[in-house]
Amino acid sequence: MRGETAMQLIATGNKAIAEAVRQVNPEVVAAYPITPQTEIVEQIAAYVSDGTLASQYIPVESEHSAMAACIGASVTGARTFTATSSHGLLYMHEMLHWAAGARVPVVMANVNRALGPGWNVWAEHSDAFSQRDTGWLQVFVSTVQEAYDTTIMAFRIAEHEDVLLPLMVNLDGFTLSHTMQPLETVVVGDFIPPLHLPHAIDVAHPRGYGPLTGPDEFFRFRWDIERSMRDARKVILDVEADFGKRFGRQYGPIEEYRCEDADILLIAMGTFGKEAEVAVDDLRREGIKAGSLRVRWFRPFPVLDLSGRDVVVIDRGYSFGFGGVLTRSIQATTKAEPFSVIAGLGGQEVTYRDMAGFVRNRRPGEEEWFGVNTIV
Amino acid sequence: MTEIPKEEYILKCTSACAGCSSTLSLRYVLKAAGPDMVLVVPACCTSVIQGTYPRTAMNIPVYNIAFAAAAACASGMSAAYRKKGVKTRVIVYAGDGGTVDIGLQALSGAFERGTDFLYICYDNEAYGNTGMQRSGSTPLGAITTTTPGGKVHPKKDIDRIIEAHNPPYIATACSAYPLDLFQKVTKALSLEGPKFIHLLAPCPPGWRFPAEKTVEVGKLAVKTGSWILWEREHGTLQVSGPSRAAMKKRVPLDEYLKMQGRFRNITEQQKQELQRNIDRALARIACEVKQPCS
Repeated sequence: MRGETAMQLIATGNKAIAEAVRQVNPEVVAAYPITPQTEIVEQIAAYVSDGTLASQYIPVESEHSAMAACIGASVTGARTFTATSSHGLLYMHEMLHWAAGARVPVVMANVNRALGPGWNVWAEHSDAFSQRDTGWLQVFVSTVQEAYDTTIMAFRIAEHEDVLLPLMVNLDGFTLSHTMQPLETVVVGDFIPPLHLPHAIDVAHPRGYGPLTGPDEFFRFRWDIERSMRDARKVILDVEADFGKRFGRQYGPIEEYRCEDADILLIAMGTFGKEAEVAVDDLRREGIKAGSLRVRWFRPFPVLDLSGRDVVVIDRGYSFGFGGVLTRSIQATTKAEPFSVIAGLGGQEVTYRDMAGFVRNRRPGEEEWFGVNTIV
Repeated sequence: MTEIPKEEYILKCTSACAGCSSTLSLRYVLKAAGPDMVLVVPACCTSVIQGTYPRTAMNIPVYNIAFAAAAACASGMSAAYRKKGVKTRVIVYAGDGGTVDIGLQALSGAFERGTDFLYICYDNEAYGNTGMQRSGSTPLGAITTTTPGGKVHPKKDIDRIIEAHNPPYIATACSAYPLDLFQKVTKALSLEGPKFIHLLAPCPPGWRFPAEKTVEVGKLAVKTGSWILWEREHGTLQVSGPSRAAMKKRVPLDEYLKMQGRFRNITEQQKQELQRNIDRALARIACEVKQPCS
């Protein structure tokens, strides 16, 4: 049976995530279909139907209910998973805050997609960015292999006693969700220990969960979320290190490509962060000492050392009246003065040649909307 | 003879208003359910009544969840318990706003999916927790803070909406008849699948009547036919004792309305419409009892 031996497959990002979920074997999956996430829930439903996955699969009537059901299942101490995208993620918004506040380690795949109107099903990071303050850990992946590996690690990180927060695995709609790439599976084994939720409902010791909490107590619970978010940094490093040791693939808060001697860093998230490596190779051939820095973990946001280097940030989502979300995050946490490029909204095509152009024509401290102002 | 367990699952010192009938009813619900249960509570009066962190007035686990999400949360909980092979009962105790209005989608979904749980809507016919704003369950002619001249729309018939899902069990109850409620909760919990109990819960401050009249108002609701007690198990309708009596001899509707300040602006036309609705509902039930639909 699959999962008992490591296998070489060709899979889409969506199928890779479904395969990871099958191996981690959550007790409850509650999900609602939405393009471009549908393949994940269809595959999980198929696994449940043919008996290769023993989860309870709840085909809920909305994303709000998907997250509410995951919360309800999780507080009994059950491992839970869901997947969504775009409008579905926003429809869950209230329950995303609830999941973090309830300290339930729900793992969710979010296939990044733009928000209407106009209707647009293609990749953009605005959906995830708009949920950045909900108390969820957020990670952005760039390949099918990384989607699979990260989904497996996600359960162990979220369920760690020092974290106990929900975790969102982000992958770009279509460019990753529907793209076939080689995938090497692992045998999960004891890499994921059984879930022990210290505050799981126990009928023998009845307690009130989430009752009215006054101004003299409420802030303590908010601080506790932040404390766990900070503690999560170390847990993430440890889990990624153990994953590397066991399975041979290394991950971290960021992925650096030819950064050691770089004068200019091209910073992006998701698939753009991988495409940027090709741009870096081209620029290097021209004698421009560029490097690519891909931000993998968005929450908790990584500590970056960008000193002494020019920085170009590609943002696939925008905070209107404020700026590119990744750009502003980097400005808030470093002394960098980035050239901010807003590109790839709603699936807008951006090639490695375009990215190399962003670097060549950078104007530190300024902002460019790709395709709106022509970059010469 | 039905024996009511002596165990108390609501402790002393709740934050309920004087004469609160939903709390009186919950006491019997919990006695019928016993300790192996989780009570799921969306935003409603019960979110306040249970007390403030770090204290609780409930001696069973209470899971508070967002307004629209009670039935969906219970779905997840029930699925997890069934997966673990645990029989723990999942009971939603939700107000009318969280049931007939904002929570309706999740409720419909949970019933359509055959979720194994009991959903109890305690109906005080308005958003009581926030100070009596109208809900879809507020009756025609009733004053609320958002219908200061009296509601111009009739009460939503949530029971027929739930019935359309063909659940194994659906019943109405009233706080003034605790034994009937106890028996219905017991019956509901003996069946698998989604069960619904719609409980009329008169609210002294909201309906504008003295706290000591809670039981009297509830009884008048039933005796006038404004509230009909019945149960439907696997499709078969049975009218409960107090309403069988009311079908034979009804107390005039005015007796019920005049006890409540919320009806002080009701027009003659609205009264006639309320009366017509009562007559129609009773006639429909009488017809079905006489000649059950196959």
